[in-house]
Amino acid sequence: MRFINNQSPDKIAEVIEAGTTQFTAQCYELYELPPLGSLVKTGDIYGIVANATTAGLEPGRKPIARGRDEASEEAVYRSSPQLTKLLRSEFTAVVVGYKDGENLRQYLPPNPARIHAFVYLCPPGEVREFSQTFGFLNILANAALPAPTDELIAAALRRMSPAHEDSRAFLVSAGKELAALLSSQYDQLKSILGRLTS
Amino acid sequence: MNQENRLGIVTEASLDKGVEVRLDIPVSVEDMVVGRYVTIEGQKRRFFGMITDVSLGVTDPRLTVTPPDVADPFIAEVLTGTSTFGTIHVSPQLTIGGDAGSLLEGPQPVKTIPGHFSAVNLASERDMELVFGKEDPQRFNIGNPLDMELKLCLNLEEFVKRSNGIFGKSGTGKTFLTRILLIGMLQKSQAVNLIFDMHNEYGWAGTSESGPPVKALKQLFQSKVAVFTLDEENSRRRGVSTDFVVKIGYDEIEPEDIVLLRQTLNLTEPAVEAVYQLRRRLGKSWLQNSLDIEGTEDTRSLLDELSIHESTFQNLKRGLATIRRLPFIEPHAPVDAVKRILDHLDRGISVVLEFGRYRDITAYVLVANMLARRIYAQYQERTEKAMAEGTAPPNPLVITIEEAHKFLNPEVASQTIFGTIAREMRKYNVSLLVIDQRPSGIDSEVMSQMGTKITCLLDNERDIDSVLAGVSGKSELKSVLARLAPKQQALIFGHAVPMPVAFQPVAYDTKFYASLTSPGRSGVEQVEKDIEELWE
Ligand SMILES: Nc1ncnc2c1ncn2[C@@H]1O[C@H](COP(=O)(O)OP(=O)(O)O)[C@@H](O)[C@H]1O
Ligand SMILES: [Mg+2]
Repeated sequence: MRFINNQSPDKIAEVIEAGTTQFTAQCYELYELPPLGSLVKTGDIYGIVANATTAGLEPGRKPIARGRDEASEEAVYRSSPQLTKLLRSEFTAVVVGYKDGENLRQYLPPNPARIHAFVYLCPPGEVREFSQTFGFLNILANAALPAPTDELIAAALRRMSPAHEDSRAFLVSAGKELAALLSSQYDQLKSILGRLTS
Repeated sequence: MNQENRLGIVTEASLDKGVEVRLDIPVSVEDMVVGRYVTIEGQKRRFFGMITDVSLGVTDPRLTVTPPDVADPFIAEVLTGTSTFGTIHVSPQLTIGGDAGSLLEGPQPVKTIPGHFSAVNLASERDMELVFGKEDPQRFNIGNPLDMELKLCLNLEEFVKRSNGIFGKSGTGKTFLTRILLIGMLQKSQAVNLIFDMHNEYGWAGTSESGPPVKALKQLFQSKVAVFTLDEENSRRRGVSTDFVVKIGYDEIEPEDIVLLRQTLNLTEPAVEAVYQLRRRLGKSWLQNSLDIEGTEDTRSLLDELSIHESTFQNLKRGLATIRRLPFIEPHAPVDAVKRILDHLDRGISVVLEFGRYRDITAYVLVANMLARRIYAQYQERTEKAMAEGTAPPNPLVITIEEAHKFLNPEVASQTIFGTIAREMRKYNVSLLVIDQRPSGIDSEVMSQMGTKITCLLDNERDIDSVLAGVSGKSELKSVLARLAPKQQALIFGHAVPMPVAFQPVAYDTKFYASLTSPGRSGVEQVEKDIEELWE
């Protein structure tokens, strides 16, 4: 674990591709991906993790199978320590808002993130603050996403709920917001709600 | 605004069809009852409206096709008020402008609608008081609006300015309500009452299905009420001290009285015509003389001369004999009942005329019509005289009749004194309070002249239609009327109230007696006496 300074939480990744509606970041550690639906932040911009991949460094070349003679999966990595350098984990986040001075905006920022900008996983306090309002649900519902919308919305809400003292109440209000948003798409609403209860 | 009373927001409205209100999430449709009042906070004015329908809505029709799993409390909670929601339909009745000037003007008729998403609240007691007013020298508490603690006050000085009607099926509380209104009039208006009390319920005591007899007018207002009777023995047996025993002389009965009895006496049309001829020919004692006519030469020539057929005459004679058999009918009454009644009315004393055992409709129609006709004639003469000479007119008089359709059905309404009074709108200081369980039997023109109508539950479609004929928002009031409780709930609308309101009449009990203060007995004494009675 490396610390930039005492105030910041751990940075987990770095922006390698940035657009108005989403950005892609490469994780510093292989497999240390933020979970699907996590709220992340880079600069002033907030994103929700919408997709993740782990692949070889060189585009177009796939790794080859190496475990035939190994006893366990860990052993594969142990016998070829260079592997962790040849593979990388990346994720894409959908931009859901930004901080405009003191104000939290749940709509698209004027400019995209910068390449090499650090990406952080938002701590619970910030998640709570961000999810006081539900404007981001509208962005998610309408974004062109790499993962199915229903899955992503449900994942985001599930991840946010523990940050709230009364997580059920949080899910109920979010559900109501969705009911309004998807007032004429009952099937979709039903599918999301079904993924919120456990 | 009080958040507790908030119900929802306006989503649709038209002057024609009323206002649709979407209920807020915490508001349960099951708490919304038809007939309650709400206020709508428009931008420039407040609207008062009555809830006339309650319904459920869904945002997506697929919800009703494949209902969600509401056994899951989470799903149920999320969907309630969002994808599935309650709505109420409100019929606006009045508006009050927001600025100081219009506040002074008071409630005005509705000429516009509230804007989109105006907030809707349950009307508070203050709101209702603003519209109906507080108890005061003219206003009498007749009950409370449905589901409200508030006292609903009726301006009785306004009420008695027109003829009014009380309707409802049998057993819904008409008699009790009438007694409450009569007490109100005794206390809060200048009017005196003449009550044709068919079932002996208004004079001294009234019966109650659910307990001991209740006090009636004279027990509560000794000095302002006199009880007259047609059946002295019966009154005495019931322990009623009466002020006068009414006897009717043959010579007081006029052809007009017979017209009303055509059906009850089974008279033919020609028989009724014959009455007029006989009256013209035989003068005041026509009834006695007609009955005395025997089959002699003389009489046959008389009947020939008047071209009255023998069978017609026999038909008439049978009818007149029925009248003559009424025990209170005498060849000549020793004291003029009309004069006695007028004496009392002039002194500001209301008169209840008990019918004792003579409850059959012949007696009731005959006596009520005859006395009212002559009293009215006196009022007419005196009012005209007062106008000509600039002196005080006689005390305003309210005549109460039951079974009103017997007097006011389309066949006879144009010929009877009650039809005249109802149509004249108190021209000669006389108005009616009619009580009926079959209002569809009353002539529609008479119904339309009634100032204020109070109706308990009615279930016959034609009765409901006749009571609500000509009222704006009829179909909506109809749904309120049809859903009143079978007892002790009523809808009042018309001249004396700013807007229609469903209400529960005050409970007629010792507490009610105690709330009345009658001259002669101090309030405190009365309360003490009534509390004593509670323990009897
Ligand atoms: N305001 C009231 N207070 C107390 N009891 C009432 C009241 N109204 C009606 N009732 C009860 O309902 C019964 C029927 O009422 P009543 O006035 O006789 O009905 P109606 O005249 O319509 O046939 C009464 O006997 C009484 O027990
Ligand atoms: Mg009755």
